[in-house]
Amino acid sequence: MKDLRSEFRTKEALNASFAFSVVILVLFSFAFDPSSEQMQTISGGLLWLVFSFAGALILNRSFARELQNDCLDALISSPAPAGAIFMGKTLANFLLLMIVELASLAVFAIFYDSHFGSQLGSIALVIALGTWGITVIGTMFSALTVNLRMREMMLPTLVYPLLVPALMAAMTLTTDLMNGVPFGKENMIWLRVLAGFDFIYSILAVVFIDVVLVG
Amino acid sequence: MRNKLVFVLCVLAAGILCWQLYNILLILPNEKDQGAIYRIVYFHVPAIFTGFMGFFVALGASGMYLGTRNLKYDAFAAAVTEVSLAFATVVLATGMIWGRIIWGIWWTWDARLTTMLVCWLIYAGYLMLRRAIDEPTQRARLSAVVSIFGCTDILIVWKSIEWWRTQHPAPVLSVREGGGMAPGMEAPIYWNWLALMCLAAVLVMIRMRQENMSREIDSLRRLAHSY
Repeated sequence: MKDLRSEFRTKEALNASFAFSVVILVLFSFAFDPSSEQMQTISGGLLWLVFSFAGALILNRSFARELQNDCLDALISSPAPAGAIFMGKTLANFLLLMIVELASLAVFAIFYDSHFGSQLGSIALVIALGTWGITVIGTMFSALTVNLRMREMMLPTLVYPLLVPALMAAMTLTTDLMNGVPFGKENMIWLRVLAGFDFIYSILAVVFIDVVLVG
Repeated sequence: MRNKLVFVLCVLAAGILCWQLYNILLILPNEKDQGAIYRIVYFHVPAIFTGFMGFFVALGASGMYLGTRNLKYDAFAAAVTEVSLAFATVVLATGMIWGRIIWGIWWTWDARLTTMLVCWLIYAGYLMLRRAIDEPTQRARLSAVVSIFGCTDILIVWKSIEWWRTQHPAPVLSVREGGGMAPGMEAPIYWNWLALMCLAAVLVMIRMRQENMSREIDSLRRLAHSY
């Protein structure tokens, strides 16, 4: 809660990462022909690239902002268990990233003339699952890299390879849904990959956060 | 004792490799469809067996470290990961050479190739993380967690092979019901695997000694500074 409140007071990360997503979306229009068929087939991939870049901006700050005035040490020595601190952070990051993503999704729909209204519920589900994967891994590694010299570089280097299965699944599903293909026999497997990924890493993260934060 | 073991394993590995090189290059015939290039499989497959085995051993060692907090296990995990990453590089390199001849391309985004590359990236990140932390116990703690996360990830990516279309040749070894290789042609794979395992063991032992020594030097330096 504390994280959300301090974020909503300043809206620093929120604004920065949203602006950043829009910039990337604009840049993509130079890289690909925005009106072509090709655009339809890579839309899922584009969106998730934007989401994961925007996520890195938010996640980088998640634990780093506690470094000032030794807040992190105070948090760790407070009676709250490390798992609770971690879950609080993850939920806050999840909500922030979801806000940025939904806003970028709207921008994407306007810029790239996408009609996914009929699948909106399913898309929201995929986005929620994918975002949870990004935030669980991201918050975990944000805690892990917080005291490092090259924090800003180490976080994406470690996080993106680990996210591959989740991003792969989310991209495939999003592209399908964007093109009006609903959940079915073909893509159900990816939904399971995504949910399984979230489940496994949520548990692993809660188990190991104590080791990472406290020692 | 340790030196003798290193020496014996080294000789064993060299012996088997020489014998099998002779066997592979001079005795075994060319493969019916692929010609001479198929011989690369005798290094590609053993290297991946050795590499993956190493990553699992590193997972075990990382778990042991977190359980016991004995830095010996951390040194072991680091050494094994480093050596396994070298073998993973061999897998990628030999695979690319083979692909260039058979498929006509160096690389394709097939599930297996992608898995291997992701695996490589994760463990390269692991080694980079180790370099970025100075304090030994903190380094051991954090890299153990990364190793556990990484290995889990490899398993998930690995499962996706079955679900994604794949261009990679199907398993041909008889243990996985492939049965596509003539008996005489399969044996060198296992021999080379044995040889590479010996080689890996030698490298790990040497690397571990270095790791222990550097930690000792580090602690002596700290001691000297504290006076």
